[in-house]
Amino acid sequence: MSHSSTLEALAAAGIPAPVKPLLTVEGLTRVYGKRIGCADVSFELWPGEVLAIVGESGSGKTTLLNCISSRLTPTCGTVHYRMRDGAISEIYKMTEAERRHLMRTDWGFVHQNPIDGLRMTVSAGANVGERLMAVGNRHYGNIRGAAIEWLARVEIDEDRVDDQPRTFSGGMRQRLQIARNLVTEPRLVFMDEPTGGLDVSVQARLLDLLRGLVSDLGLAVVVVTHDLAVARLLSDRMIVMKEGRVIEAGLTDRVLDDPRAPYTQLLVSSILQV
Amino acid sequence: MITLLVASEVKKTFIMHMRGGVELPVVANVSFSLKAGSCAVLGGPSGVGKSSILKMLYGNYGCDGGQILVEHHGRHVDIASASPRLVLEIRRDTIGYVSQFLRAVPRVSALDVAAEPLMIRGVEREAAHQQARDLFAELNLPEKLWSLPPATFSGGEQQRVNIARGFITDHPVLLLDEPTASLDAANREVVIGLIARKKAEGVALLGIFHDLDVRNAVADHVIDVSAFAAGKAAA
Repeated sequence: MSHSSTLEALAAAGIPAPVKPLLTVEGLTRVYGKRIGCADVSFELWPGEVLAIVGESGSGKTTLLNCISSRLTPTCGTVHYRMRDGAISEIYKMTEAERRHLMRTDWGFVHQNPIDGLRMTVSAGANVGERLMAVGNRHYGNIRGAAIEWLARVEIDEDRVDDQPRTFSGGMRQRLQIARNLVTEPRLVFMDEPTGGLDVSVQARLLDLLRGLVSDLGLAVVVVTHDLAVARLLSDRMIVMKEGRVIEAGLTDRVLDDPRAPYTQLLVSSILQV
Repeated sequence: MITLLVASEVKKTFIMHMRGGVELPVVANVSFSLKAGSCAVLGGPSGVGKSSILKMLYGNYGCDGGQILVEHHGRHVDIASASPRLVLEIRRDTIGYVSQFLRAVPRVSALDVAAEPLMIRGVEREAAHQQARDLFAELNLPEKLWSLPPATFSGGEQQRVNIARGFITDHPVLLLDEPTASLDAANREVVIGLIARKKAEGVALLGIFHDLDVRNAVADHVIDVSAFAAGKAAA
């Protein structure tokens, strides 16, 4: 990995690695008429860090995710992103083409429903290969090879490479969507309820897979979930939202084991024990 | 002896909003220090706040007052006010923790559970697994279990996975929350040996041990938590 070798070279020279936030969100607000989608949300996300945004339906967590990921223009507030060359860009001051390029290369977006993130009528291999072609890959053999390699990483057999995802189970579709997102080696991935709507055994397998990929690839992730167990398993830090506002934020295990805000205490005490 | 951690005037109060905002004072004025090569034991009856103190030291519980200074990467940092990122870094490199119960993750093998703290620090998977296997063997964990997820293990088996996970690194400070509670006599002896080895390596340990034999075998001094008990009348 070129990134780690750069860090090693810096370390060998006695220079501490220049760690800076990857994403800086400040005062992000989105209103729908008189209704608040999300209000005055600020946080920083660091390379390799997983941040969970939790809250019940209607708490504004998906609005927030869409505003951060440039899918929904905020009413006010800023999102800054540190590009691969180290330059800091303000997402909503980029051109539409620049944002689209960022979304296809350095960012990924995993939707709750794989149908929203896949093309259902082209093959699994083409779903993965398409993102590679979008970043300029033209060699068919290389693209197919990379697609097969990524299908294997998400535990989809090579002999399904030519099948369309509409013939796949829900869990397989979700794994395919993950492969499609990760093939361009993004540094930041947004996930909206990635395990929602899956059977628990399928969910466990997907969570295990995600945990492994996140740590192997050093991905920074913003994951929206209403499931506190998913947040505990995947995230380092979490933000609790209610009615569009941040109620509590901090280290994931501290927020879950020592919740301070009345609403967080209510959420944590409502978890069913098995 | 070098002091590695100093807790001063640490305070913890739970406010139970689900019960009308009732305040549960747990401990106050908690002050002690941990020294390299020494094992301190938190003493006092159940419910007096021993686990809460360990959890505050690990950053798992927040503090409502006071300071917890630990020597981390050659400087003193305050866990009580540290950012989440710093707490994670302290856990990775400076403070280890053996919890009372294992939090099993679906599909993750016992070997991976125990080796994870090394792998987080960049040790290659195979080398980390080898150290985990050595510890499992020493703790008499049956070899047929090593590649299985610990969710279905017995209490004692899970506890040994947890102990291996806590002892596998060379963290300068190690917190132990009843590591021997579910173990038989032979395995308690193994843990006593592991603790002695950590002491010899200069680790500062802090533990909770209800088992008197283990406690007498490992404790260099006892910190009486009853002395820090806050507002018993409210509980």
